[in-house]
Amino acid sequence: MAEIHLESLAHSYLEQPTKPEDYAIREMNHVWEQGGAYALLGPSGCGKSTLLNIISGLLNPSEGTVKFDQKNVNGLQPNQRNIAQVFQFPVVYDSMSVFDNLAFPLRNLKYPKDRIEKKVQEIADVLELGDLLHRRANNLTADEKQKVSMGRGLVRDDVSAILFDEPLTVIDPHLKWKLRRKLKQIHEKFNITMVYVTHDQLEASTFADKIALMYEGQIVQFGTPQELFEEPEHTFVGYFIGSPGMNIIEVSIDDSHAVFDNIRIPLAQGLIGQLTKKLSVISSSNIKIGIRPEFVAVLDESADNSYECSVLDVENLGTYKILTLQLGEQKIKARIDEDQIAPTEKAFVLFPEQSLKLYLDDYLVREESI
Amino acid sequence: MNLKVQNNKAWFLVLPVLLLVAFSAVIPLMTVVNYSVQDIFDNSRVYVGTEWYREVLNDPRLQASLIRQFIFSGSVLLIEIPLGILVALMMPTKGRMASLCLVVLAMPLLIPWNVVGTIWQIFGRADIGLMGAFLNGIGVNYNYASNPTDAWFTVLLMDVWHWTSLVALLCYSGLRAIPDAYYQAAKIDQASAWAVFRYIQLPKLRNVLVIGVLLRFMDSFMIYAEPFVLTGGGPGNSTTFLSQTLTKMAIGQFDLGPAAAFSLVYFLIVLLVSWLFFTTITHLDNKK
Repeated sequence: MAEIHLESLAHSYLEQPTKPEDYAIREMNHVWEQGGAYALLGPSGCGKSTLLNIISGLLNPSEGTVKFDQKNVNGLQPNQRNIAQVFQFPVVYDSMSVFDNLAFPLRNLKYPKDRIEKKVQEIADVLELGDLLHRRANNLTADEKQKVSMGRGLVRDDVSAILFDEPLTVIDPHLKWKLRRKLKQIHEKFNITMVYVTHDQLEASTFADKIALMYEGQIVQFGTPQELFEEPEHTFVGYFIGSPGMNIIEVSIDDSHAVFDNIRIPLAQGLIGQLTKKLSVISSSNIKIGIRPEFVAVLDESADNSYECSVLDVENLGTYKILTLQLGEQKIKARIDEDQIAPTEKAFVLFPEQSLKLYLDDYLVREESI
Repeated sequence: MNLKVQNNKAWFLVLPVLLLVAFSAVIPLMTVVNYSVQDIFDNSRVYVGTEWYREVLNDPRLQASLIRQFIFSGSVLLIEIPLGILVALMMPTKGRMASLCLVVLAMPLLIPWNVVGTIWQIFGRADIGLMGAFLNGIGVNYNYASNPTDAWFTVLLMDVWHWTSLVALLCYSGLRAIPDAYYQAAKIDQASAWAVFRYIQLPKLRNVLVIGVLLRFMDSFMIYAEPFVLTGGGPGNSTTFLSQTLTKMAIGQFDLGPAAAFSLVYFLIVLLVSWLFFTTITHLDNKK
């Protein structure tokens, strides 16, 4: 049980990194609180697995420190950190039975025999491996092997944390959901910190209380699934979370309006004030607005502050429809309910003020709090 | 209804290989079988049935060298297999040192067998040999030419020197083939170095070790040139192994019939032991 602090942590696989791009993990500070269920979400190659291996101690960071409960654990091996990790591809000890596989970490820790038996039985029940306990591990199917692999991580109840590195990649879709539920149950039962690496946002939001979204070696946002959806702090979060992702449009600012292709969208006064303040410190012309397809209101007739656009495509996805609209030179997506009749040629869109986000250099500009 | 076209012409495609095997293996082997049931003297041939077989199986000289042969092969396996594994475990995994180790290890394997015999013949000599003279210099009474124990020691040491590399190289390649994930998982599971060896490395080395044991058994069982050059089979008959006995019989005494019968028995022993070993291992694996 431990609170895990990452302080000015950075890692590069190169010997002499010079550019920011040389880093697999760019300098970050982060805290994983004791007992949390976290997901580390991001596209392939963003540094998720590297970060996980640094936490578990399989990899030593080139810069910064990892602390468990304020104790610096840099340079300590995984066994000294007392941490469990489940890998993407199943690792089972072929020559042992399933029981021996699950008991292996406990035997290495010299647990008494009856406690091992009890613990293994408990985990086998949770993972539904009870019938296989006396089978040899090399004859199992891929998902049974992965369950054994996960089981070895879960049998130890004294660990600082359990780290999962995309553990469900090789599992059948219908089992995936079940196993995710199991993990959640185990988390609730034992109150162990769990960090779950995935590139699947659905997996992340069903498992985790809080998601850390990684992009180019940095955690760009850390928050609840709802926060990531409603308040993306980085254009990448907007793009990556949600299906389809956020509409992001490059704009210029003119007299408290966001302007693109002769379309002028008024912005809230607070936003403009904040943006002006920031632009006085750094000069940048990288200004974008973003709005989620779910928040774009689609009308048949013109209304106040609505913009006319042409309908390019309608996709019916059963419970909802995705419209692709042409607004100026931009293509934007809008999501409407299945019972709303989709316009065929012409439509009018509204961008509700509270859902319209403003980004400077890809980071969210928040309204000044009054 | 039979729609299958009856066409056996494909068998002609097997013909070349059949001829090749016939000339390289079947016909010579059959010649030996032929010799083993006849008494050949100048131009007269007499069919003698199983007489030669009975004779060689009851020959105390052959029995003694068969026992020596088993002791020799057994010792070779007991020393070279664990030593080879140990060497492979201690070798560096990457970098220049790894390449250097591989080259050094491969060296003994590249030396012709009778040259190995000659090297050790000189190396062990009590008067001028580096090892022999040194041992005598520090007060160990060592002479492989007169003392059977010393002769055995030298022959075994020579074989270990010559062939442990093979086992080590096989194991090294086997170890390199183990994915990193296993070592990582073992670290996470708090496994000791012994547990890593016992439950990860050894099981994964199984297949290369089966090959290693088979190769080393067959080769050591058929050893000829090295002890022949080193000790000439002596002192007495103490280091005379099967192939040397056979050579004496066939070429020295020109007893073609018994020599042929003995060759076949020899061949069958190698085949039988290898087969027994292989089936036992495979069977053990499938049983669980």
